Amino acid sequence: MLDEGNKPLVSVKDLKMHFPIFAGLLRRRVGEVKAVDGVSFDVMEGETLGLVGESGCGKSTCGRAVLRLYDITSGSIEIDNREIGATPQTELRGMRPTMQMVFQDPQASLNPRMTVEDIIKEPLDEHTTGTDAEKREKVGELMDAVGLNRKFAKRYPHAFSGGQRQRIGIARALALNPKFIVCDEPIAALDVSIQAQVVNLLEDLQEQFGLTYLFISHDLSMVRHIATRVAVMYLGKIVELAPREALYAEPLHPYTKALLSAVPEPDPSLARATERIILQGDVPSPSNPPEGCNFCTRCPSVMDICKRVEPDYREVHPGRFTACHLYNDTNDTAGQTAGHEAQELTNKENLE
Amino acid sequence: MPDGALPVLDVRDLKTVFQTRGGEVHAVNDVSFSLKPGELLGVVGESGSGKSVTMMSLLGLLPSPPADVRNGTVTFDGMDLLNVTPEQLRSVRGGKIGFVFQDPMTSLNPVYQVGFQIMEPLRKHMGMNKREAAKRAQELLELVGIPDAKRRLDDYPHQFSGGMRQRVMIAIALACDPQVLIADEPTTALDVTIQAQILELMKELRDKLGMAVIWITHDLGVIAGIADRVMVMYGGQVVEHAPVQELFGNPQHPYTRALLKTIPSIAGERAARLTVIEGQPPIMAGAPTSCPFRDRCDVAMDRCAVQNPPRYDLGDGHDAACFYDARTGGPRDA
Ligand SMILES: Nc1ncnc2c1ncn2[C@@H]1O[C@H](COP(=O)(O)OP(=O)(O)OP(=O)(O)O)[C@@H](O)[C@H]1O
Ligand SMILES: Nc1ncnc2c1ncn2[C@@H]1O[C@H](COP(=O)(O)OP(=O)(O)OP(=O)(O)O)[C@@H](O)[C@H]1O
Ligand code: SF4
Ligand code: SF4
Ligand SMILES: [Mg+2]
Ligand SMILES: [Mg+2]
Repeated sequence: MLDEGNKPLVSVKDLKMHFPIFAGLLRRRVGEVKAVDGVSFDVMEGETLGLVGESGCGKSTCGRAVLRLYDITSGSIEIDNREIGATPQTELRGMRPTMQMVFQDPQASLNPRMTVEDIIKEPLDEHTTGTDAEKREKVGELMDAVGLNRKFAKRYPHAFSGGQRQRIGIARALALNPKFIVCDEPIAALDVSIQAQVVNLLEDLQEQFGLTYLFISHDLSMVRHIATRVAVMYLGKIVELAPREALYAEPLHPYTKALLSAVPEPDPSLARATERIILQGDVPSPSNPPEGCNFCTRCPSVMDICKRVEPDYREVHPGRFTACHLYNDTNDTAGQTAGHEAQELTNKENLE
Repeated sequence: MPDGALPVLDVRDLKTVFQTRGGEVHAVNDVSFSLKPGELLGVVGESGSGKSVTMMSLLGLLPSPPADVRNGTVTFDGMDLLNVTPEQLRSVRGGKIGFVFQDPMTSLNPVYQVGFQIMEPLRKHMGMNKREAAKRAQELLELVGIPDAKRRLDDYPHQFSGGMRQRVMIAIALACDPQVLIADEPTTALDVTIQAQILELMKELRDKLGMAVIWITHDLGVIAGIADRVMVMYGGQVVEHAPVQELFGNPQHPYTRALLKTIPSIAGERAARLTVIEGQPPIMAGAPTSCPFRDRCDVAMDRCAVQNPPRYDLGDGHDAACFYDARTGGPRDA
């Protein structure tokens, strides 16, 4: 777990980001996509909080909302002791250097008419002083750091492979020595060796400068490697948050269990044999989430109460948060099948 | 997969060079491979090794200049795709050959509704009317697991999540029941559960329609799970090629061996630091006169500096482009 005295750099409370849906000839507002629907979490100074979950569950929206790339629907976001939930965009500009984002979609986030050097240099021009030569040298160092050959500095983004483009985005985000970086699938298009190189780099920078990351990824083995704690999202909500080892060793929430069981195994003889929990049913739409627990339409352990009452998100063991009725009364449910599993867990933890 | 069946796609000696201000970039060097009906060929390799450029070259998707497809034949459906009229090529692309690329030029257009973009190939290649196409578009979105598919047909790409956009592209690629699907990192933005659904879908289409698939990915777990054969690329060349079990169980090329060592695991001990392949990728400025992996290879010999190794046939459908024989621990044909 984290050291004593570690305090949150980022503190998010009940964050909501809803997008309006317009329909019909008059484009009237007929509903909303609840992309992020009441999430709360802290990111401790110097830690990496992994954020995982199914495609479309709201990870990118959450990351962007935390950096206030949107005007949020409601909730509070405190970064570095400053509440920015309602701060107007113009006032946020001064804070931008401390908080950066590596975007999921490298081609959409790189200006096709700028050379790589100019793309990486742009934030330096905007927020720092120094001679052009100094800035160029800094760009060169950043290119080295992410494994891009300096010889390619004058090329345009289209002349790079997918993975090379992703690294341009990372170099740009690192340019201003930020304190907090939201990395949205930063390594998804990279080969494993370069993934490892980038992850090692992120870790080195963290050690050197005490950087704090929100690391969005669907790669559970990489998250296991890099994250201090991991938050699991499903349909706009965080369903479980726990220290890394605990989460991988004993996932509590039924969705986390299914997610972990689906990780592909890089060994063909094992890959075709491993037991997978294949989830049944379709992912509900975030514009029309089910009554009760968001996961009740697909949960293998669903109970009656799940279809009526939304489970609270709460700390069920020290440092372990989850939102599931199976863990409603962790301490006195020995006779109940539902609580049984949780009981076992408590016992196990008591022994340790 | 019917053994001995004729390949549905056959690529020989493909060579693609980019003309840049800084000189030539030899991105693809004499790449050859073939694909049988119903077969799933996995393609892995270093970032920048030429995987995307290979596939885009064979479909004529690279703008020229700067790209120059200098050499090669691509046999599909009795034609050489490198020597057909632009109309013939357009009728193959997105019809009998479906594709999903990383490249922005071939991905979703931000100004058109998603439904329109799925319906377009259906009307063009399958002659469907608007109603039929709309119905099929909805089915396709459901097939790739997009909730609330009907309503989402009217949405624009930016209203979809990264992984949903990827699935829309897969839906478009599958729209016309292709004989061959070329998928370039099609699931990088997908979580494991949805990825598993998509992979199941691929197997289903293969079994039902005999669709053959080329699947480019960095995820060796995915390759292990679905590929029949694997092609490994490095520095613009095919450096190893083998049936999937053989590739993972008995890798021969030093790059493949190094690559397999870099995978972090979900089980077992967590490594303090991830393994990387030390050194820089090759620049590919000219036609290769030495082994492209030489600077990073721990078993390199003198010969590797003066000659580019050919693909040695190791039997049982396994070949590797390397002078070192991992089985004997010595040079291959001294
Ligand atoms: N228009 C271009 N001009 C110059 N070089 C180019 C151009 N397009 C691609 N290249 C180079 O060709 C090489 C092969 O690129 P390609 O996109 O095929 O790599 P890749 O194997 O698909 O990599 P990734 O896994 O990162 O997608 C790269 O080194 C790239 O920089
Ligand atoms: N600008 C927008 N307008 C309307 N809906 C949106 C918008 N941006 C996102 N959404 C919707 O919000 C939901 C969450 O999207 P988000 O991009 O946050 O997902 P994600 O978890 O990052 O998924 P992925 O892993 O596929 O990238 C999706 O249903 C998406 O369609
Ligand atoms: S609350 Fe009920 S439906 Fe939801 S995850 Fe827990 S058991 Fe499953
Ligand atoms: S040919 Fe030589 S340098 Fe190249 S991989 Fe084999 S041993 Fe190494
Ligand atoms: Mg996303
Ligand atoms: Mg590529």
